[in-house]
Amino acid sequence: MKFAGLLVMAAGFFLSIAALVLFPASNTAARMAFMLCGLAVEALGLVVAARGHVEAQGKSRA
Amino acid sequence: MNLNPVPVMSEATFVLVLASLLLAPLAIAGVALINTGLGRSRSAAQSLLGSLAIVAVAAIAFALIGASLTGTAGGAAHTFHLAGKSWNWLGAGSHFLGGVAAAPPQAQLGLLFEFLAVAFAAIIPWGSGADRLRLTAGCAVAAVLAALAFPLLAHWIWADGWLAQLGLNFSLSAGFLDPAGAASIHVLGGLSALAVAWIAGPRRGKFPPGGFATAMPGHNAVYILFGCLLALSGWLAFNVAGAILWLHAPLAALPVTAINTLLSASGAVAATFAVTRIRFGKPDASLCANGWLSGLVASSATAAIVSPLQSILIGLIAGVLTPLLVEVLELAASIDDPSGGIAAHGAGGLWGLIAAGALAPQPGQFLAQLAGIATLLGLILPLLYLLFWLVNRVVPFRADPDGERIGMDLHELGGGAYPEFVIHRDDSYR
Repeated sequence: MKFAGLLVMAAGFFLSIAALVLFPASNTAARMAFMLCGLAVEALGLVVAARGHVEAQGKSRA
Repeated sequence: MNLNPVPVMSEATFVLVLASLLLAPLAIAGVALINTGLGRSRSAAQSLLGSLAIVAVAAIAFALIGASLTGTAGGAAHTFHLAGKSWNWLGAGSHFLGGVAAAPPQAQLGLLFEFLAVAFAAIIPWGSGADRLRLTAGCAVAAVLAALAFPLLAHWIWADGWLAQLGLNFSLSAGFLDPAGAASIHVLGGLSALAVAWIAGPRRGKFPPGGFATAMPGHNAVYILFGCLLALSGWLAFNVAGAILWLHAPLAALPVTAINTLLSASGAVAATFAVTRIRFGKPDASLCANGWLSGLVASSATAAIVSPLQSILIGLIAGVLTPLLVEVLELAASIDDPSGGIAAHGAGGLWGLIAAGALAPQPGQFLAQLAGIATLLGLILPLLYLLFWLVNRVVPFRADPDGERIGMDLHELGGGAYPEFVIHRDDSYR
């Protein structure tokens, strides 16, 4: 689960960079929205990885 | 960042930067002392010896491999072309520091800054793995960090890499700004600390079955708080030298940079003092130290860019966030981070980078900072976790349970830091 979360974070990175490549400099709003979406995906991946760690800790404690 | 021709450095500026960089190791010493104080007494000698060994290993690994991959601004580099743009992703400098003595003085100073930066970044995860990480594992982590991870970031940010060229390629102001290592030292160190804490797991007895997290307070508040004062001197040096080297700031701007550094740390410690006083009834020395550090870390990104009033505000926010995040990481995420490095260095650095973009007058700077943050979280963290996971297969991170029980000093060094003290039995291991 931790590796899955980290893979999602990498996907978020490519989404963020796509914001710069796909939209021209004049379209600042679209760039910003796409960039924030990428960061949101990264945050989601971080939460998944963190939950994976919590679950693994719970199992090792039991 | 280095899109304009680099101005020629005057002799006075050269001397000032060199003198600053000679003081910068005080920041490393301060953080090493804080890490030691926040650990347990039976691991104190191993902690400080580990800091020394890690600085040495990081310096050697950077000299042998990392410096070549970092390269210099305007120097040889590996690039690829995508979407009509040139992406400069890796330096191609001379191997084993060849020709360094003949390099321009500014390039030599930049190299010295990078040596100190990589040593600084490498000791941050050591503090988070305190009381269970083996010395050899700490050194292996430092070697990987100095040979691979740090050179990537340093090249991208300080040596005309693709993050520095975001302004040129995508019209994002001056590109990603990181004048004193908020990203390449502190966020890198904080993310490394997170990866190490994930892989090594918590100290034995930290999270007992079916119970709350056990409080394991630091063993020496004097080390912790003196370390904070020592770190301030080093941070002033890092921020002043970084402003000249990477932002080409004029000499007249340097006193304000130093004042902003102090104000950011002051705002942060005042906020943490207030937060812990409200939450626990009394101020918490360990958390106040983490708050002070997070203010200094945030200043690494902002001190050369913002006004004194903005510095206080940045510090106040860092100081509120840090103790809350320390608590969330421990109680909600089951992460055992004795030094608080993930919150103070990782989150403090990220906050500084955001603030530097939000408060910069140029349009597009905020987006450039977000692109840098996306790179740190989405590319560097998974890369660090993968590298450390592989290192853990070869050099196991954790000491065996008996080593943890008797303390890392006796287990790894054969003697304690305080031989005349009686070591009490710890009931949490029964």
